[in-house]
Amino acid sequence: MRPLDCSQAREVTTDDRNAAGVLASATAGTEGSARAANGSDLGPVPAAGVEGPALPLHRQGARDPAGTVWHAGAFRSDPWAGATAGEPLPDRPVIVSRQRWLAERALLVDRQAPLGLRLEAGERVDDLASDLARFSLIALAFPTFADGRAFSTARLLRDKYAYRGELRAVGNVLSDLVPFMRRVGFDSLEVTHGPTRRALSEGRIAEVALCYQPGARNEPHWVRRRRLAGTSS
Amino acid sequence: MYRYDEFDAEFVRQRVAQFRDQVARRLTGELTEDEFKPLRLMNGVYLQLHAYMLRIAIPYGTLNSRQMRKLAHIARTYDRGTGHFTTRQNLQFNWPKLADIPDILGELASVEMHAIQTSGNCIRNVTADHFAGATAEEVADPRPYAEIIRQWSSLHPEFSFLPRKFKVAVTAASRDRAAIRVHDIGLELKRLANGGLGFAVFVGGGQGRTPIIAKCIRDELPEADLLSYLEAVLRIYNLHGRRDNKFKARIKILVHEIGAAGFSAQVEEEWRRIRDSALRLPEDEIGRIRAYFAPPAFEHRPSKASLRPPERNFERWVTRNTHTHKQPGYAIVTISLKPIGGIPGDASAEQMDAIADLAQQYSFDEVRVSHEQNLVLPHVRIEDLRRVYARLQAVGLGEANAGLVTDIIACPGLDYCALANARSIPIAQRISARLAARQDAIGDLKIKISGCINACGHHHVGHIGILGVEKRGEEHYQLLLGGSGAEDAALATIAGPGFGPDGIVDAVAKVVDTYLLLRASASETFLAAYGRLGPAPFKEALYATT
Repeated sequence: MRPLDCSQAREVTTDDRNAAGVLASATAGTEGSARAANGSDLGPVPAAGVEGPALPLHRQGARDPAGTVWHAGAFRSDPWAGATAGEPLPDRPVIVSRQRWLAERALLVDRQAPLGLRLEAGERVDDLASDLARFSLIALAFPTFADGRAFSTARLLRDKYAYRGELRAVGNVLSDLVPFMRRVGFDSLEVTHGPTRRALSEGRIAEVALCYQPGARNEPHWVRRRRLAGTSS
Repeated sequence: MYRYDEFDAEFVRQRVAQFRDQVARRLTGELTEDEFKPLRLMNGVYLQLHAYMLRIAIPYGTLNSRQMRKLAHIARTYDRGTGHFTTRQNLQFNWPKLADIPDILGELASVEMHAIQTSGNCIRNVTADHFAGATAEEVADPRPYAEIIRQWSSLHPEFSFLPRKFKVAVTAASRDRAAIRVHDIGLELKRLANGGLGFAVFVGGGQGRTPIIAKCIRDELPEADLLSYLEAVLRIYNLHGRRDNKFKARIKILVHEIGAAGFSAQVEEEWRRIRDSALRLPEDEIGRIRAYFAPPAFEHRPSKASLRPPERNFERWVTRNTHTHKQPGYAIVTISLKPIGGIPGDASAEQMDAIADLAQQYSFDEVRVSHEQNLVLPHVRIEDLRRVYARLQAVGLGEANAGLVTDIIACPGLDYCALANARSIPIAQRISARLAARQDAIGDLKIKISGCINACGHHHVGHIGILGVEKRGEEHYQLLLGGSGAEDAALATIAGPGFGPDGIVDAVAKVVDTYLLLRASASETFLAAYGRLGPAPFKEALYATT
């Protein structure tokens, strides 16, 4: 018998986001989709890394083993550019700092190309609540392995502010953080650390797939336990 | 007591596999020590002065005989035959090899144990009143709630990289044996005004270099809201706790800097938002966990121990080391791990096996670990006390000193610990030997010794506290007086200039002599006398030049 796993919750998030009008990618999360389709909660231990979220196809980079972004089970080229301080923004998807957003908000709200926001660890989101829907991507920085503030920021974005765009982890993205990142709602990772890149590519993220906390489906473990007990009898 | 179901067993099994992979990557050099450190810490592995140290979680201090025998086996097989019980109800092994640790964790998993979150900047092993489920003083057994918290806090995806470590303690008695007011969160289970069960929530207590008594930020928290409230506290702390300075990173500093009222307001706002989320505990889930802690099948037994043939040592032991049980005919037995002149908290593999046998035969298979580094047999028939005592004596565990001046708490100190500035254990041993002959006359007196400012030996809340420091390359000891970690929580104050390793033992003896001379009667405890007299006569005795 297979144990319950936390990744199920992410599948349902995917569904939620589809319902919210975000197009699912046909290539996203094939394994997870199969599990979601069969309606069982007793899926296998999830494949390593971020499960396939439903980013629109045009916002997923092309598969590229040398690409920096891990998303939907593969490394991909990054369709997003970072903004360079003091220079005008290029006419393509671009990620701006909180500071630049606040300074140029009046200009940026009318921009046609997709806009992303980068928040450093400890930067507030509560005063940006009404702006969040404007961003197709929010990147949260992990400045060191030990700085876990972005985990809480991610929870707030997903749960409190119902942010449905791409949530990307940047900075110190190391393999042992990946399961936690996935569980708090990140759906893409910017990964430069060599061993972590290899572990992701080879499906070697050692993970505890069971969890005692409600996942994004908002289902507590005692509900999953009960179902587990029911199916084992 | 709690038993793993399939879910818990699989969780721990996967965790062992994950750590085995991490150790392998460290041994091949793929992981640097910097990268490995937070991972090993979350599995209880410290790099100490001479070796790795493995700290094993004993959730809320409750063990069964099978688990105790497994600990004895690990001590024999992977260590040097000894385990060390700590002030957080855990067990430490001081000599494991890193390459063996995944196997040790596998052995632990086979008896439903682990070392998850016994270190690192995460929610640590939850502690509780070591008399829980046995004392008549409690409103209900607090351990079901401690278990609910243990599960919720295990590998919490949001709270595994906090600014600093985070300790939660739970009690259900107004007489506080769990030191809840010196924890990051202290919970007192109580009967609410509406008749239901709930908690008074204390936040921001702690020892270390900035000792602070916790503030009560919510007087009545319904039990169903336990996890949502904890999650709100942890979220505010994770987002706003200081990360610029390790010594200011505990929640007590955040609460201190923004004030208990300001902190409470932020928590309450977040809590209102998530109160009705999936974290709300349904009555049947609380009931499911509570059922694991159902009282054992007590019998109606005589409520007096036979004192014939009369034996003074046995009588002394009954007086000091047994406490009133909620069930007539039974007693709570404290097994002292403080033999005179011994190492506080140490138990040999043979002693652990003997205790496991006693638990199985005489205490419904239960053992407790107390934060005072003793063990407890929680449910012993009064008529069996003499047999239990004889067996304890036979393995060197018959010391009748629970709560006495030789029942000393001491951290591992410079004998083991990489952080320590001075040795703790030899000071404890010498004070114990020095005062043993007079301990009955001295009565209740708690001495607590830390080998550095991190205060693992709880010196801030000792009736007499000793803090080891380094002074010009020498070990040096400050003397503190008048602290308490109980419901009358108070921080001890420094008596005056410190002492060398010999001087500190003399100084403690002088404080004790002064107390014996000045106490109003034999029933006035040291702490009561100190409260009445103030520090002056003690300072006079310590520092007056003759």
